[in-house]
Amino acid sequence: MTVLIGQLFTGVSIGAVLLLIALGLALTFGQMGVINMAHGEFIMAGAYTTYVLQQVVTVAGWSLLVALPVAFLVAGTMGVLLEILLIRRLYARPLDTLLVTWGVSLILQQLARDVFGSPNVQTRAPELLTGNIALPGGITVANNRLFILALAGGAVVALTVALRVTPLGRRIRAVVQNRDLAAVSGIATARVDRMTFFIGSGLAGIAGVALTLLGPIGPTMGTNLIIDAFLVVVVGGIGQLKGTVIVAFGLGVLQATGEYLTTLSVAKVMVFVAIVAFLQWRPQGMFTLRTRSLA
Amino acid sequence: MTTVARDPATDVDPTPPVEKPAAGPSRHRFRAAAGFALGAALLFAVAPLVLSDFRLSLLAKYLCVAMVAVGIGLAWGRGGMLALGQGVFFGLGGYAMAMHLKLADAGPGNMPDFMMLYGQLDELPLWWRPFASPWFALPATVLLPMAVAFVLGSLVFRRRVRGAYFAILSQALAAAMVILLIGQQGTTGGTNGLTDIQGFFGYDLDDPVNQRMVYFIIAGILLALLALTRHLMQSRYGELLVAVRDGEERVRFLGYDPATVKLVAYVVAAGMAGLAGALFVPAVGIISPALIGIVPSIEFVIGVAVGGRATLLGPVLGAVAVAWARTALSERFPGTWTYLQGLLFVVVVAFLPGGLASLVGLARRRTDGGRRPGPLVRLRRSRVEAG
Repeated sequence: MTVLIGQLFTGVSIGAVLLLIALGLALTFGQMGVINMAHGEFIMAGAYTTYVLQQVVTVAGWSLLVALPVAFLVAGTMGVLLEILLIRRLYARPLDTLLVTWGVSLILQQLARDVFGSPNVQTRAPELLTGNIALPGGITVANNRLFILALAGGAVVALTVALRVTPLGRRIRAVVQNRDLAAVSGIATARVDRMTFFIGSGLAGIAGVALTLLGPIGPTMGTNLIIDAFLVVVVGGIGQLKGTVIVAFGLGVLQATGEYLTTLSVAKVMVFVAIVAFLQWRPQGMFTLRTRSLA
Repeated sequence: MTTVARDPATDVDPTPPVEKPAAGPSRHRFRAAAGFALGAALLFAVAPLVLSDFRLSLLAKYLCVAMVAVGIGLAWGRGGMLALGQGVFFGLGGYAMAMHLKLADAGPGNMPDFMMLYGQLDELPLWWRPFASPWFALPATVLLPMAVAFVLGSLVFRRRVRGAYFAILSQALAAAMVILLIGQQGTTGGTNGLTDIQGFFGYDLDDPVNQRMVYFIIAGILLALLALTRHLMQSRYGELLVAVRDGEERVRFLGYDPATVKLVAYVVAAGMAGLAGALFVPAVGIISPALIGIVPSIEFVIGVAVGGRATLLGPVLGAVAVAWARTALSERFPGTWTYLQGLLFVVVVAFLPGGLASLVGLARRRTDGGRRPGPLVRLRRSRVEAG
């Protein structure tokens, strides 16, 4: 039983990381249909922001707190620049967007290599987050995992609230559901697109801050994350957040179980097979947004 | 409600391709034959005379990449399927060939050197055994990738998973394959891959003469694949493939099954990638996860985009040019090449989606008076399906 709960928590914490890295994509890919392969590099930018801030603010706890909004701004700004310079021209050609943003991600990776050097760098975790909490029943839970879980939960709640009640959120939903109708109702769709992209990319920055707690930061860290993030959004179904949340935790638990029963590599392949099988059953993902637009 | 789904595989006209009347059939065929002869002369006569042994073996490597590019040109340029996981098929072909060559190097009854090194195994794993026979290994280099592509493709296309979804799935396949290979180090060589391959069916690969022979084999096969691809593109099947790219629903309503049409192109492209991987092994002497993962898989695509995705020769020339530029530049300025490669993706795909071939097309259209739009012009006119 202890083992089971321990594994479940491992799965949930893998899921929380997946959720954090996929949440921004759920907005940019899920809502806008933009395939941004540079999303992984926005995560990297968030991670490096944390690293740089730690050189300035030397108390690890404070630098982490400062890093959250700063990383959001840094990654968000990068996203807006990308949207204005390139993606805006390519809305009609999604597959080409994929390749173009891949090129951008290559450039950003090399930029990181030139600025910070190829070897990975490490940030210091605040002391509060380095220990474990012992739960009744002999289960120990790592504090940093708990923090990431809370961060992921907070991000989901904040995003849901923002989409549900704020005027911007209403406009975003209107544009997703029917772009033309939104436009004739007086919504500046181009500006909404830009804001959506800002928030989605900013969330990648937050994910980057969280990842500094789990391991070293390197120029190629984005490449390893981007596929997982896309798979979560694809399986979750585009146009809403519910699916992304469920699938992130589902895949996390599946992978933890697979890892426990076999090995890490076999577990990864198992997850892939499960995804292909799942798409046989529901090719549009777990939940789809039904709209009357023809898109 | 019953729709008669015609099977395009049997539906394709068995007679030679019907030439478009506007082009003038004889002139068209003559031009193709002349181009083919010119390519053969360049590859078989000029290149071996002009290039040093070292450069020639580099060219052999580039031509392997070009073979993958021909397949991607068919699947992506003509079929609209952005196959981002061709490294998987390249790897399957490469590993199948390398396993056979390793076993042949070790001699009958012996295990390959790396298995002794890791010392985890007492005897050859069961799934390695068939590769000792060339009669199994050689067909496997092509059939194995085709089989994998068939299974994945029929699952995915039937359920109308397409566009970006398909691209991401195929990329995830490459990631999964690399993780599997690295994880099973004892039997696959792990991160190192299968290295230090000495012989090629009894010929010593260290001998420059034999390297030259490998080059000729590769050049010959590339030409054959080009001829096959041209035939496919010109046939009714080729027209159908372009039609599926431009309007999958319309093709479905015409009574064809788009899934089968796409599957054929995808499986053929996988076979080409497998063959390329198999020939890459004797040309370079190694196959490893680093050569087949996400990054190399997407790098196969950039050459195709640069050359012109929807043309026959564009992918080949683009792939060779990009691979050559990579060697030339990364020798001297490794960082610069990554920037340049990134810029190539951005500039070519965003602003010149037809690739360099569209420049040729523009020039020709000017002299032709715009009578017959080339495939690239058609590509631009067609509204790319969002999928």
